[in-house]
Amino acid sequence: MSAIARWLDSDVAYSFRRSPVALMAALVLAIILAGAVLAPWIAPHNPLDLASLNLMDSRIPPVWDAEGQRSFPLGTDDQGRDILSGIMYGVRISLVIGVASVIFAIVAGIAVGLLAGYAGGVLDAVLMRVADIQLTFPAILIALLVDGVVTAALPQEMHERLKTQVLIFSIGISFWPQFARTVRGSTLVERGREYVMAARVIGLSSGRIMLTHILPNVLGPVFVIGTLTLGLAILSEATLSFLGVGLPPSSPSVGTLIRIGNDFLFSGEWWMTIFPGLTLVLLVLSINLLGDWLRDALNPKLR
Amino acid sequence: MSCDKGCVCYRHCYNEWGVLEMLRSVLAASLFSVGLGAALPASAATFRWANDGDANSMDPYTRNETFLLSFAQNIYDPLVRRNRELKVEPALAMSWEQPDPLTWRFHLRPDVKFHGGEAFTADDVVFSYQRATGPGSQINSNFSTVKEVKRVDDLTVDFITKAPNPILLQELTQWGIMSKAWCEAHNATQPADLTKVKEENFATRNANGTGPFILGTREPDRRTTLRNNPAWWDKPEHNLTEVTFNVISSANTRVAALLSGDVDMIYTVPPQDMDRIGHTQGLKLAVGPELRTIFFGFDQSRPELLKSDVKGKNPFQDIRVRQAFNMAVDAKAIQSRVMRNQSHPTGLMYGPGVNGYTEASDVRHKYDPDAAKKLLAEAGYPNGFGVTLDCPNDRYINDEAICQAVTNMLARIGMKITLNAQTRLQYFAQISNPGYNTSFYMLGWTPTTYDALNSFFNLAGTRNGVRGVFNDGGWSNKEFDDTLDQMAVETDAARRQQQIERASKIIHDEAAFIPLHQQTVVWAYRSNVELQQMADNWFPLRYVTVK
Repeated sequence: MSAIARWLDSDVAYSFRRSPVALMAALVLAIILAGAVLAPWIAPHNPLDLASLNLMDSRIPPVWDAEGQRSFPLGTDDQGRDILSGIMYGVRISLVIGVASVIFAIVAGIAVGLLAGYAGGVLDAVLMRVADIQLTFPAILIALLVDGVVTAALPQEMHERLKTQVLIFSIGISFWPQFARTVRGSTLVERGREYVMAARVIGLSSGRIMLTHILPNVLGPVFVIGTLTLGLAILSEATLSFLGVGLPPSSPSVGTLIRIGNDFLFSGEWWMTIFPGLTLVLLVLSINLLGDWLRDALNPKLR
Repeated sequence: MSCDKGCVCYRHCYNEWGVLEMLRSVLAASLFSVGLGAALPASAATFRWANDGDANSMDPYTRNETFLLSFAQNIYDPLVRRNRELKVEPALAMSWEQPDPLTWRFHLRPDVKFHGGEAFTADDVVFSYQRATGPGSQINSNFSTVKEVKRVDDLTVDFITKAPNPILLQELTQWGIMSKAWCEAHNATQPADLTKVKEENFATRNANGTGPFILGTREPDRRTTLRNNPAWWDKPEHNLTEVTFNVISSANTRVAALLSGDVDMIYTVPPQDMDRIGHTQGLKLAVGPELRTIFFGFDQSRPELLKSDVKGKNPFQDIRVRQAFNMAVDAKAIQSRVMRNQSHPTGLMYGPGVNGYTEASDVRHKYDPDAAKKLLAEAGYPNGFGVTLDCPNDRYINDEAICQAVTNMLARIGMKITLNAQTRLQYFAQISNPGYNTSFYMLGWTPTTYDALNSFFNLAGTRNGVRGVFNDGGWSNKEFDDTLDQMAVETDAARRQQQIERASKIIHDEAAFIPLHQQTVVWAYRSNVELQQMADNWFPLRYVTVK
């Protein structure tokens, strides 16, 4: 049986096929993802090419409006940037930052969790207290703080160039405690199991035991939390960009687009902020619904 | 008569009076709609207003910038001030006379007390002069003709000028008098240098003037409160007991605050929201042309640009590059799309209402991106080059959006512009003297004397300590400087007009700057508020009443 056939036959796949919510969410997510990934080939304009922008095309309403133009299906913003293309490229950036910061949080969380759970004692106590303290702050505050400190520490001319990395770091660092807590808990359980004892008896190093023996057995919950955190991370990026400390208008993420459009809400040019906002809602909602479904599907008690 | 370099302007001021007369009549209409109805002060009231940027210091000598100076004058009275019609009237000086052409004798108002209780005397005037011309002060160009200030007795001071200066009074209207005793007691005898963002002294966050309002609380970039000075020497026309000034940088939030009644007035109205506010019951708009000209400048003094990928040479020293930039900027598009027609595109460094302006001389470089691209290629940059544009994001109307549009327009001729939009505190600190740490910048200027020479002298004259202090790009042209010197002593109006136009032509032919437009000042406020909109965009709280 091939791997695909085996997966299609699995419990998880079965529950996926039976869940209309999961199917819908996957469909929406697939459409958004396809738009984002294929943006350079299918987007009507390239919003990153400043030379292609024409100020006289600015503030054109969506195509169904009487003043709309067919070349700008969802209208244009105040600089003449096509909203649809802006969203497609923006989702790309939002997703890259979201996924990268979650991976950062997972790697950091797993490292700390494994270490704390396996070593125990003082190290465990210290690491977990740090995690506890951080958990008492809302993640967005931590991200704001880290973003501000790191940006201030960098020389000015590097700000724009390193903004993506700074964002990934600050969002990633705000989400590691969840992962560390979960991994530590599972590690404590696994540490006492016979196979770990056996590995220790044959003289394997601690690092090897942690990475090749314990780690595979504690990953399950990490994936579920990872999926749910992805939605939060994308939201964090959007919030930071909306507050003006995220990505600059020259490489706009969805949050930046919402911020730019927000200044034109009162003047009736609603499309500049509504469409990116709607996209963000759909993106995060579908990721969260999939995450919820995954949690239920992987929970043996709910089967 | 010989004229040294400090001799800024003399005799041409006959023209200026004419301009003021004209300005007054032009303004009359708008004044009627805005403020003259302010009758007797009604009962006491609180006034809350908001702007996108802060007055960065409470010290009125730290920056020669309209908003900061205008804000500070609510606390610090000058010797002479401008009234509703922009005419000079007595303030801390009750009267003055000229015993000889070089001497102005001011008789000070007796029994005036600073907010802290110190008596106001001639010593404070002499001290304030020394402080305003000393290190750290950014307002010293107002005193370029003054040789010294002498105390005659407790309530009399003499200003000795280097040459006869009939417009000395106009130059003193923005200069608030500080208390000698207070500054000395708090170690603030020198203004803190605002170009070093973090430098502060006691006078940065505290204030002690003789003015109509007393500084209450001060939270930089957030909120500043003022309260009425019951012991003010003048009879108040306002009826305010308390004033709250909020900094709300987001255009949308600022408008929302006005619509929801959280503030009574917003000083910077985004052009896109004028319609909405104008059609909202209970809100009023005050709209008037501003004398400010917005323009872009290039660093032409350094052998290598600070913020560019071109090494070993300065591309802006090549006139073809400057011409290309001028031809690539479509001021009409910015007018219609970014400013929503609330601007007047210009090819001059000064606008209508300023003496020297004529429509015939107001010529822009023709918008022609193809020719601009060709010029760039001829200059050796067929693929453009990278340079940073320094721009404020809370100073001028739609400043960041304009800079972004210009960035995009220049991208069309191959330029790779990095937009560095910052709040005014960081922005001014970076581009201003003495560092001039910029390669390509946006700036706006209102000539305090309403004469073209003031713009030329400050913005484009070769830097010499007094002249060209705001020539942030260090452009220098001998013929231009000579023309300014002639202009300063020319008595014949027609000939002087020719000199002004010649100077403008040099700037145009050299493509020394990119003049963009004059912006329209738009304020919005609740209809129970009466206020006075000034053409120089000053906002004196002493003319505000709340019903």
